[in-house]
Amino acid sequence: MRIQSGKMQSRLAGWLIIAAAGASFCLLTVMPSPAQAPAYKAPKTKDGKPDLNGIWQAMNEANWDIRPHAASQGPVFSLGAAYSAPAGLGVVEGGEIPYKPEAAAKQKENYANRLKLDPEIKCYMGGVPRSTYMPYPFQIVQGTNTMMFVYEYAGAVRVINMAAPTKAPADSWMGWSNGHWEGDSLVVDVTSLNDQTWFDRAGDWHSDQLHVIERYTRVGPDALQYEATIDDPKVFTRQWKMSMPLYRRMEKNAQLLEYKCVEFAEEVLYGHLRKQPIQGKGDSK
Amino acid sequence: MRRHVLSSLIALVAVVSLASTLAAQAPVAAKPAPAAKAWTMPRTPDGKPDLQGVFSNATAIPVARPANLGAKEFYTDEADKQASAALASGGRGGRGGPARPAAAANPEGNGLAVHYDTSQFGLGGPTVKRAASMRTSIITGPEGRVPALTPEAAKRVADRRAFQQEHQWDSAQTRPLAERCITWGFEGPPMMPVGYNSTLEIVQGQGYVAIVQEMIHDTRIIPTDGRPHAPAEIKQWMGDSRGHWEGDTLVVETVNYNPQVAIQGTPVSDAAKVTERFTRIDPDTIQYQFTVDDPKTWVKPFSGEYNMVKIDGNVYEYACHEGNYGMANNLSGARATEKK
Repeated sequence: MRIQSGKMQSRLAGWLIIAAAGASFCLLTVMPSPAQAPAYKAPKTKDGKPDLNGIWQAMNEANWDIRPHAASQGPVFSLGAAYSAPAGLGVVEGGEIPYKPEAAAKQKENYANRLKLDPEIKCYMGGVPRSTYMPYPFQIVQGTNTMMFVYEYAGAVRVINMAAPTKAPADSWMGWSNGHWEGDSLVVDVTSLNDQTWFDRAGDWHSDQLHVIERYTRVGPDALQYEATIDDPKVFTRQWKMSMPLYRRMEKNAQLLEYKCVEFAEEVLYGHLRKQPIQGKGDSK
Repeated sequence: MRRHVLSSLIALVAVVSLASTLAAQAPVAAKPAPAAKAWTMPRTPDGKPDLQGVFSNATAIPVARPANLGAKEFYTDEADKQASAALASGGRGGRGGPARPAAAANPEGNGLAVHYDTSQFGLGGPTVKRAASMRTSIITGPEGRVPALTPEAAKRVADRRAFQQEHQWDSAQTRPLAERCITWGFEGPPMMPVGYNSTLEIVQGQGYVAIVQEMIHDTRIIPTDGRPHAPAEIKQWMGDSRGHWEGDTLVVETVNYNPQVAIQGTPVSDAAKVTERFTRIDPDTIQYQFTVDDPKTWVKPFSGEYNMVKIDGNVYEYACHEGNYGMANNLSGARATEKK
């Protein structure tokens, strides 16, 4: 058995070398530069569009802090290690958010007061791009002229208009999304976002001038590459970009479940208006 | 978007859905007469009937049939409809039963004694497109109303009412679900006309049908790939839906309701099962049928039917909780009242 498997291994290795040589030849001849379109060809829907249907989720620490960060103590001491921030490599390209000086100061203030100010704690819709990398799945339902993005957190939903671009009548939490295809990428132009959402639990913020251009590209059978270009002249000195892979929830029975979090935020929002305060401020013993 | 006290809104919703003025408004989308040229069912690229689009399920049809109509399921014509409706409520039309007081208090048109008029904002009243119908009630069958409660359900309702009466102002958690922005109470299933903002959008992806209802941004994603229901431990506000196609009809079965969910005002049991049928019947119309079966709650199942009509425009974001000033105002008002 051992000898045989050894033989098989060496035969396999031989094939691998040939295959690798072939592949590099292909790379050299077919692909002019490695920075261009990824080798993976997205499967297509019946109407010939790249198939983005599925339940997707980020697997990173961006919701704690989109910038590179070391692990740190969470804001609620009683939750100890269970709600402290794991370290993360960050998702901001170049690592830096180009805040204007006064905007950088506001981020620090937000961070110091995050337990009071973070809209996530209040069960407010996550906005764009934060909803994409909150620690909950979201589902893309790819229709003919529209695509629906449904987020488990707070039941937030966006309908992406794939026809001629339209304008929002008013600002909203999840913004106004016009989409189109560029090659195999879905590009979504998001405007009319309000100034109430954050980028993460670290208080990174934006104004109502936020303009996000998202790109969703299939890079494997079970992965999407997500990019968001962020523009907000009130808050940043220049455009900047974040990117990360998103992964398919592969459980056979995967489905978006309800996380109607209002009921979990009521005590923090309205507890002071109770007739009878909850003993021990509502924390479980 | 939401700057008003929700409780009055809820009252308004109830009133609007019955409002007498509705009967007088000419329906915008008359069902086309059978034309010489047969209409072809539009299909998605994978060959399923295409239900996609923005629809309104606003309707002037009352949920329960006016008592004077007996077993009559359809009006014979428009004149019959107007006359019967007027007779049913002493000149007021609508669902029947006693006339609503103080209707003259609002000169702005709806005849409602409330502090604003939805038709001004294009949210209800005559501004809304409706599917034409000669139905006398949404609930079908000779009785045309929700059947009697089982003793168990009657006790459930009475217990809840007693608790509400005593504790309704205690905390956010004891306020009505709609006021808490958890569910509006009409999302269902079965989805019921809301009274205003009765707008929904359907998107079909491979193996899924998704329905977003504008009130209060509730989305149902219905798998149509034949998978079993999620485990019964997972109770949800909109239950757990599974769909399949029977010919050109989408059939959706929903179970596993959160025990706080009420259908037609009655909290359901863990045995509740709702079956919906969506059939596109012409370029503009989806016929919507439902059956509610909960033997622990009603003495027998009941069914209903209405049509949804395709409308122009979008489903907009309804950020209910994010703008819920009413909750803090109501509770602080209650605390202030106690101090007096």
